[in-house]
Amino acid sequence: MARIDISKVTKFYGKTQVVHGVDFTIEDGEFVVILGPSGCGKSTLLRMIAGLEEISGGTISIAGEVVNDKEPRARGCAMVFQNYALYPHMSVAENIGYGLKVAGVPSAERLMRVRAVAKTVGLEEFLDRRPGQLSGGQRQRVAMARAMIKEPKVFLFDEPLSNLDAKLRVQMRIEIRKLHQRLKATSVFVTHDQVEAMTLADRLVIMNKGIIEQIGAPKDVYDRPASVFVAGFIGAPGLNLLPATVSSDSHSLTLADGQRLIIEPTRYPSLNPGPVTLGLRAEALNIRQGGAFVPQGGLKATFDFAEELGVGQHIHAEVAGSPLVIHVDGRHPFAFGAGLNIDVSPRDMQLFDSVTGLRITETDVPTSVSAAA
Amino acid sequence: MVERTPILNILTHLILIMGLIMLLVPLWIVFVASTHDFRTVNTVPMPLWPGNQMVANYTLAWQQSGFGPKMLNSFIVAIGVTAGKIAIAAISAYSIVYFNYRFRSLFFWLIFVTLMLPLEVRIVPTYAVAANVLRPYQELLDATGISTILGALAGIKITLPEWSMLNSYTGLILPLIATATGTFLYRQFYLTVPDELAEAAKMDGAGPLRFFWDVLLPLSKTNMAALGTIMFVYSWNQYLWPLLIITDIANYGTAVMQLQRIVPGPLFGEPPRWHIAMAGTLMVMTPPLLVVIFMQRWFVRGLVSTDK
Repeated sequence: MARIDISKVTKFYGKTQVVHGVDFTIEDGEFVVILGPSGCGKSTLLRMIAGLEEISGGTISIAGEVVNDKEPRARGCAMVFQNYALYPHMSVAENIGYGLKVAGVPSAERLMRVRAVAKTVGLEEFLDRRPGQLSGGQRQRVAMARAMIKEPKVFLFDEPLSNLDAKLRVQMRIEIRKLHQRLKATSVFVTHDQVEAMTLADRLVIMNKGIIEQIGAPKDVYDRPASVFVAGFIGAPGLNLLPATVSSDSHSLTLADGQRLIIEPTRYPSLNPGPVTLGLRAEALNIRQGGAFVPQGGLKATFDFAEELGVGQHIHAEVAGSPLVIHVDGRHPFAFGAGLNIDVSPRDMQLFDSVTGLRITETDVPTSVSAAA
Repeated sequence: MVERTPILNILTHLILIMGLIMLLVPLWIVFVASTHDFRTVNTVPMPLWPGNQMVANYTLAWQQSGFGPKMLNSFIVAIGVTAGKIAIAAISAYSIVYFNYRFRSLFFWLIFVTLMLPLEVRIVPTYAVAANVLRPYQELLDATGISTILGALAGIKITLPEWSMLNSYTGLILPLIATATGTFLYRQFYLTVPDELAEAAKMDGAGPLRFFWDVLLPLSKTNMAALGTIMFVYSWNQYLWPLLIITDIANYGTAVMQLQRIVPGPLFGEPPRWHIAMAGTLMVMTPPLLVVIFMQRWFVRGLVSTDK
């Protein structure tokens, strides 16, 4: 059990900088997910914590101790790799117990602990098999058991589910979550899959191009993305982003095709006129069936196609030349090119600076999506 | 790839069969010759069907040529060289692939270049070193002037002791165990081992030696078998080097060296008794042949697939 302090950490490969001064703390027993697109430096950061990559600048401490110059084995971390990295010539039992064997644990005790760990991940019947004779999910479990048996202070997961098929991925996700609830070990999980990240994390760290875009609980990140990047990355689908202009009296927005939306003045009391990016959650939008169009409280859109989800549909439409996705619960048999009247509540409008992409902070009024949840 | 080309199939088989005949006919003649008596072997043309003197010829060849102890020597040398080559190849390739140090690709290419320098090319200097192992160091000391300086300053004359490897198993084995082929084979194998395996071992707390011993070596078993097979045959068939450094033939002669003495030579005199000589040749050929037959399955796997 340990807290991890990451302070001003940088990483250079030759002259290329891949991590630009990252700062954050992982509390004892916390499950932190580092999320980002490929090449954002998230795996590098994880590997620096593990001791598999040298730290170019800054410090990483585990349990209050700076580990920059420590060997991986002295850091008390266990790691689960993306491709499992099981030793192909060893049986499952030997794979799980190898760390203990290296540590010089006598074979009788080793066997006992291997059995115990294998039981918790449901591998007892497979202890004599070779990794090559196991399915992907079983291999993943062996990798987890191998990490667990060392009773590490910190668990590190490097995209461990990305080689599994979709169904198994959901199942393993739940198992990892359960495991964490039982073991309460500090865990760092790296992934590019935002659903995985949202469901697993106590806290999310979203990285892009070697810097941290936002740190926060999944719900906070979902409700209040700190930047356009996070907004587009989090949620399925991501936030709808439309270019707009704030009117000179700061009371309304004008879209590219001239449609206007009213801004709730209590949320944005001091908004500068000029271009902004408007963010709208697909789940916060409603298609008005029948009735009159409410100017300034709604948008006119053109229907493109509907994506079937089972629980509902994602309606893909076009507004002022930008794509817009609307989540609906029922079924909507629209024809291609049909006009849609969309209700937009002023409380659900999120604004971002059009130049920096950063969120324009509003006064604290809950959005309708979070109020419903 | 599946192709339906009956004419091409027949043609390729024809070429294969012709090649096989070209390879096997000489062997067949050796075998036939070893089964006839002295007179029949020397008739022209020699019969192409085995005679009835096989047992007598082989018994005589075995008894008079003293192949027993020579074969034992050959086994010691071949196994020593093979084991040494595998060890050296595995270790040097490990260093080249898994450790990051200055000039490592230069070292790899230096090793690789020695492929172009077979023993026969460097045999004189190698003999000089085998005759006095420490001589290069002595010459280095003399050439750099260290021994002169020390002699002038402290009045000490440095003379390294003489260590000769002539007429010893060490001499037969040690100069032959460096192997570029083996290093290259092992390097290629290590490159196919995923990096995560080394990292997983690191996370498990295994140091470099532990990883090498517990993970890499067991994984390279087929590779080892392939290399072992080639190298066993290679070292069993060594002729020039043993001939050069072994003068004490009674104690250190190898089986292949002994062949040279069979015909026409001190063992059986003139005129050459080809039937006995051929019997001896076939006997000397047998051990490497058996090794190849037994190791064949592993050998092919080691060269073709990475078996993971």
